[in-house]
Amino acid sequence: MATLHGVVAPALEAPATGFDVRKIREHFPFLKQKVHGKPVVYLDNAATSQKPQVVLDAVLRFYTELCSNVHRGVHQTSERATEAYEGARVKIQTFLNARAPREIVYVRGSTEGINLVAQTYGRQHVQAGDEILITELEHHSNIVPWQMLCEEKGAHLRVAPINDRGEVILEEFQKLLTERTRLVSVAHVSNALGTINPVKQIVQWSHARNIPVLVDGAQAAPHLKVDVQALDCDFYVLSGHKMFGPTGIGVLYGKAELLESMPPYQGGGDMILSVTFAKTTYNQIPHKFEAGTPNIAGVLGLGAAVDYLNSVGMENVFSYDSALLAYATGAISQIPGVRLIGTAREKAGVLSFMLDGVHPHDVGTVLDQEGIAVRTGHHCAQPVMQRFGVPATVRASLAFYNTKQEVNALAQGLQRVKALFG
Amino acid sequence: MADLNTLYQEVILDHSKRPRNCRALADADHHADGYNPLCGDKVTLYLRLEGDRIADITFQGTGCAISTASASILTETLKGKTLAEAASLFEVFHDLVTGRLPDADEVPDLGKLAVFSGVSQFPVRVKCASLPWHTLRSALEKDSKAPQGPAATTTE
Repeated sequence: MATLHGVVAPALEAPATGFDVRKIREHFPFLKQKVHGKPVVYLDNAATSQKPQVVLDAVLRFYTELCSNVHRGVHQTSERATEAYEGARVKIQTFLNARAPREIVYVRGSTEGINLVAQTYGRQHVQAGDEILITELEHHSNIVPWQMLCEEKGAHLRVAPINDRGEVILEEFQKLLTERTRLVSVAHVSNALGTINPVKQIVQWSHARNIPVLVDGAQAAPHLKVDVQALDCDFYVLSGHKMFGPTGIGVLYGKAELLESMPPYQGGGDMILSVTFAKTTYNQIPHKFEAGTPNIAGVLGLGAAVDYLNSVGMENVFSYDSALLAYATGAISQIPGVRLIGTAREKAGVLSFMLDGVHPHDVGTVLDQEGIAVRTGHHCAQPVMQRFGVPATVRASLAFYNTKQEVNALAQGLQRVKALFG
Repeated sequence: MADLNTLYQEVILDHSKRPRNCRALADADHHADGYNPLCGDKVTLYLRLEGDRIADITFQGTGCAISTASASILTETLKGKTLAEAASLFEVFHDLVTGRLPDADEVPDLGKLAVFSGVSQFPVRVKCASLPWHTLRSALEKDSKAPQGPAATTTE
């Protein structure tokens, strides 16, 4: 496995596993785009990822060949659409190593998945004086739903601090697990810092005190193999658009017993078994949580993304990503005036940094003129920015279709920034 | 194709590195906070009026080169002007940065503000340039004696 410090080039150069980034790039139509007349250098993957042709084909195929509602018809097209839709659920179940397809709930994205748990499991189990434990590095989507729940119930949000490297201080985390803690919710990978949290350990400590754990996997699923049984987490959320699938589709994984015990989220068609004005009975999981016509095209696109990732191999993705991140870390940190934000020992995908004397927004504008897309701002993680005393950072985030040459272009772009702002 | 030098003109770079009137104003009778949540630009404007004339105007804040330079040049431009002149310049500046003022040379009162004409070619940065101006308007509309009111001005 590639180490983080010290350049490890071999995984990038020698496609011993058959992984050839040039061939991979040909699968992604967007990468041919030009920005300001220059070839696009897309380094904003943590915001959203590019899509391989097979994903685009799956979305189009739904609308041209399978266009029909699911679970609702006896005509052939409806059957075929339903088969593809439920088939994708099985693909995702296998991808995450869940026990059964009914543990996979389709939602709009990680944000909706977390809100679903807060509004059903959360409302059911959290009372006045109880506690919910998160960490200081969370994305707003894993903070605000819990703040809203705590305000509604008179409960307290506890926050495990991070150290200057951007790692959760595990001794402090453990101290915050009390008899009042009703839920722990943590990111698998931090979107602002790239930190990989020791979620398996966090789950073990929490379960020792009978506290369930939700893991926010939005930034993890694109980079590393997720095994929800190995992690033993109670809930896991991911977003399709971050893992090379369409926007508007995501997954909430939940242990079957938990999902069965939870009240429904949204009411409407499909989540019911029978409806009368006197009484309505709810459907079984996962359909209990899937009201109304779903994002069928999105589901089929996500299924195709899973197929594509399986064909590349998540071990190869992780290996390449790690090596490229190590290379990028070395190349960027060598530039005088660069300060890395987020230097955890275990990281994935993300390189956040400041450049002395130049506001991130200005860095981003200059890089944009070179065709380089990075993100500048607080990355929906204002508490992280506050913790490091910065208004914003520049964030380059990588995917397995980015190259060393693109990292070099970023480094050159930063030299241009320095020249302009002198 | 937009050229970075149209945006980052010498005057703008100078004012962003060495902002003028960058301090709190102890005897201010108007002030307001401005914030651009998208990029983290923050600015606080302080004013002291004598009748309807801006006797002194200063700012503090952290932000990108465009917002800092804009605040700096705003304070330089508006010191000594009347409120009516300030209001008029607000409209002109807004038109300038949104590209509705094709020939900056034709508007005589612009002075140094004309250097922001390049912002119109970088739409994402319009909010940075106009943040101090929106904050100014907020400062003038608020009752100065009232406690810090509802949410600070944003350019959302």
